[in-house]
Amino acid sequence: MENIIEIKHLHKSFKDVKAVQDLSFCVKRGELFAFLGINGAGKSTTISILCGQLQKDSGKVEVCGENIEEALSSVKRRLGVVFQNSVLDGALTVKDNLQSRAALYGITGQTFHERMSELAKLLDFDDLLNRTVSKLSGGQRRRIDIARALLHKPEILVLDEPTTGLDPQTRKLLWDVVSKLREQENMTVFLTTHYMEEAAEADYVIILDSRKIAAEGTPLMLKNSYASDYIKLYGITGEQVKALNQPYTVIRDGYLISVPDTKSATGLILEHPDLFTDYEIMKGKMDDVFLAVTGKKLTGGDDK
Amino acid sequence: MTQLGALIKRNCKLFFKDKGMFFTSLITPLILLVLYITFLAKIYRDSFADAIPPGFSISDSVIDGIVGGQLVSSLLAVCCVTVAFCSNLLIVQDKISGARRDLTMSPIKSSTLALGYFVASFGATLIICFVALGACLGYLSFMGWYLSAMDVFLLVLDVVILALFGTALSSLINCNLSTNGQGSAVGTIVSAGYGFICGAYMPISNFGEGLQKVLSFFPGTYGTSLLRNHALRGAYAKLSELGVPEKIIEKIKDGIDCNIYFFGDKVELSAMYGVMVATVVLLILGYVLLCRVRKEKG
Repeated sequence: MENIIEIKHLHKSFKDVKAVQDLSFCVKRGELFAFLGINGAGKSTTISILCGQLQKDSGKVEVCGENIEEALSSVKRRLGVVFQNSVLDGALTVKDNLQSRAALYGITGQTFHERMSELAKLLDFDDLLNRTVSKLSGGQRRRIDIARALLHKPEILVLDEPTTGLDPQTRKLLWDVVSKLREQENMTVFLTTHYMEEAAEADYVIILDSRKIAAEGTPLMLKNSYASDYIKLYGITGEQVKALNQPYTVIRDGYLISVPDTKSATGLILEHPDLFTDYEIMKGKMDDVFLAVTGKKLTGGDDK
Repeated sequence: MTQLGALIKRNCKLFFKDKGMFFTSLITPLILLVLYITFLAKIYRDSFADAIPPGFSISDSVIDGIVGGQLVSSLLAVCCVTVAFCSNLLIVQDKISGARRDLTMSPIKSSTLALGYFVASFGATLIICFVALGACLGYLSFMGWYLSAMDVFLLVLDVVILALFGTALSSLINCNLSTNGQGSAVGTIVSAGYGFICGAYMPISNFGEGLQKVLSFFPGTYGTSLLRNHALRGAYAKLSELGVPEKIIEKIKDGIDCNIYFFGDKVELSAMYGVMVATVVLLILGYVLLCRVRKEKG
């Protein structure tokens, strides 16, 4: 797969504050790329530079092989951005908003109406077209934000914490739409999120800490490197679990045993086949990875 | 052009749909109307009556025409600038709401974005000021009509120039603002202060000599004077026709800022136009320069 985004040795400072330090990574075409980090880790700065809204101090940023400084206009046509907060005009209707934004990409008249109908069907907002944006619920507004980002059929969709504060139904709709677009149009998705279950679905994950890359890889690689596996073991006594000589916690129906990796879990099972009659082996979670890498917990917008 | 047209349409719609911003822009003209109704009309009328030497009989219609002309010129002078400032506050609001980030995510040039704000603000200001001008002309026709077609044309021209001045000045100032507090502060200062410094609330000739000299450096002073000269030209002609000596008419003109003096020298109408046009050009150049510097800084 070709690289659709290439960032090399990116640096950005605001006076004495270093916002991004020597950041280098690539995003492959068509993948779901997750960018994790607590607030202030440098995610938004990187996105702003990627979108041409902030000038970098040094380094190289290329989108589809084009340098953002030399071909910003072309790069902007390839990017669709869903910002953390809705940035549409609250006083205008949904249709007015989409129409004014579409015109900025040269999409007008019949072409606009056709595209708006497609998006209204995809995101289920046909009945909201004549409603004022400020009067929409958070979930409804988010759907319009996504429609705005997709107006010009971008190759890369940047989702900056898109599901924070959303109801489960809208969150599911958003991810269904993203999956559909990735499947049908091979769209690349660049995601920042505070929800680890969303990051776990990504093809590749970068964890930023203190403005630098602290860890990167596929979710599996990260889990294998930074998180323990777990075995949920049922139908045994406390004495029997102690005999396994592994750290454990008591759960409602049995015991949760922590093992360094899947190989160790297999070894344990083979050593005690009589005890392992009803059990589950689980990989560690992305929360565990994040905690192990940064020493911090990422919890829905708040840093801990 | 499609991009610019879409931006202008959006910006104008936002201004007229935001009732708070719309009515705020009309606060100064409304204050002026209240002042006029409560006491200014009486002061204007008395000072005019005092200026007329004994033995001349001036009809109420002429007096009303002159007093009305003063009100109309003052009202239009403040309207052109305060409406421009308020409509141009969209520059600040877009930064606060994040809409600016969204707009700049599109492949639009920063110059087109800046021009979009300028033209929309100018357009919205012109729409409101032309409605105000229509109402003012209606009021004058009721109180005492002494205007020629040329006077009306020149009043329209003055409104256009002052609206351009207000738009250019507000563009230059508002593009430096980025918070609600800054926007409110500028809006309040302009709404409260501009009426005084342009001579709309009280003629500048009533102020102390030092202050008059300071205010003679303010281009808005000449804008108000242009409007006043054109709103009152017919009434002065009528006075002249009635035999009021030119000296007396000049004294009246001095008293209500139809004549403006720059360090003792009377400023001609053509020079007033020159000052206004040059100021507009300088302000626009300043705005363009500032936008370029900001773009380079990123």
